[in-house]
Amino acid sequence: MEHLRIRWFQWAAPQSFYPLAGRLWPWFAALAAVLALAGLYLGFFVAPTDFQQGEGYRIIFVHVPASWMSMVIYLAMAFWAFLGFTFNTRISGMMTQALAPTGAMFTFLSLWTGALWGKPMWGTWWVWDARLTSELILFFLYMGYIALTSAIDDPRRADRAGGLLALVGAVNVPIIYFSVKWWNTLHQGASVSLTKSPSMAAVMLWAMLVMTLAFWAYAVGMAFYRVRQTILEREQDAAWVGELKEIAP
Amino acid sequence: MSWNSWEEFWDMGGYAFFVWGSYGVVFAGVALELWLAVRRRSAVLNGLRSHREDAYAEDAP
Repeated sequence: MEHLRIRWFQWAAPQSFYPLAGRLWPWFAALAAVLALAGLYLGFFVAPTDFQQGEGYRIIFVHVPASWMSMVIYLAMAFWAFLGFTFNTRISGMMTQALAPTGAMFTFLSLWTGALWGKPMWGTWWVWDARLTSELILFFLYMGYIALTSAIDDPRRADRAGGLLALVGAVNVPIIYFSVKWWNTLHQGASVSLTKSPSMAAVMLWAMLVMTLAFWAYAVGMAFYRVRQTILEREQDAAWVGELKEIAP
Repeated sequence: MSWNSWEEFWDMGGYAFFVWGSYGVVFAGVALELWLAVRRRSAVLNGLRSHREDAYAEDAP
């Protein structure tokens, strides 16, 4: 146990996290590409036409994965922020920052694809119901986090302020998830849940899960890729940065 | 397989605008993020190179 703990903290040092992230991101990128191709194939060529929504339902294969990832990434940010406050490791704040743009993008995609799905099925691009409104608030939380951390010059203070926003804002995630149960919403209830068997054809479910894994791998790979630049910026005067072959003149 | 031809596939049962509008923006979003991330990496590396050169210049007698 003691041995394991030392290893974890060793990886938390920017100097060792930089090459680790550099080794990991290509694997996640490759995984994301393969899974996305498989998911798109399942979604467009294997999954059958829906008996109610015809071919229009195929938006589900990006809408649901994007929405799930918008929530998962925010929780991951809150997790890193929590680690940062608890152990005061420098890498925590950098990982929180590295995740934010991808989370904001998935939240935007969730809202956008939702609007394009709502118009033909509900007859409207947007309603102020609990699900849609709380997802919009999530988008503002991401934007607020990015604006807040980039407005503070001192990186450690930016990490602390942003980390607090990530932790407090995480309250919104269960509100989004349960909004369709707690309130009357135009948005339908969950088609997939942990407590009951899914209310959709198996192949549709598989296509959705494969796309979700693809988006997950993309987000992880992107965060590892992005965090390396933050490390370099913050450690620019450290000796080990000067010895990197990628900045040799 | 629900499609008898490519025309049918692209038409998406009349939902082409909504389906391709969704997938198109997902693709565009990912492409934009990748481009920005790669651009930032080369900007940071370039910045570091000149930062290092300045540091050496100051150290020189």
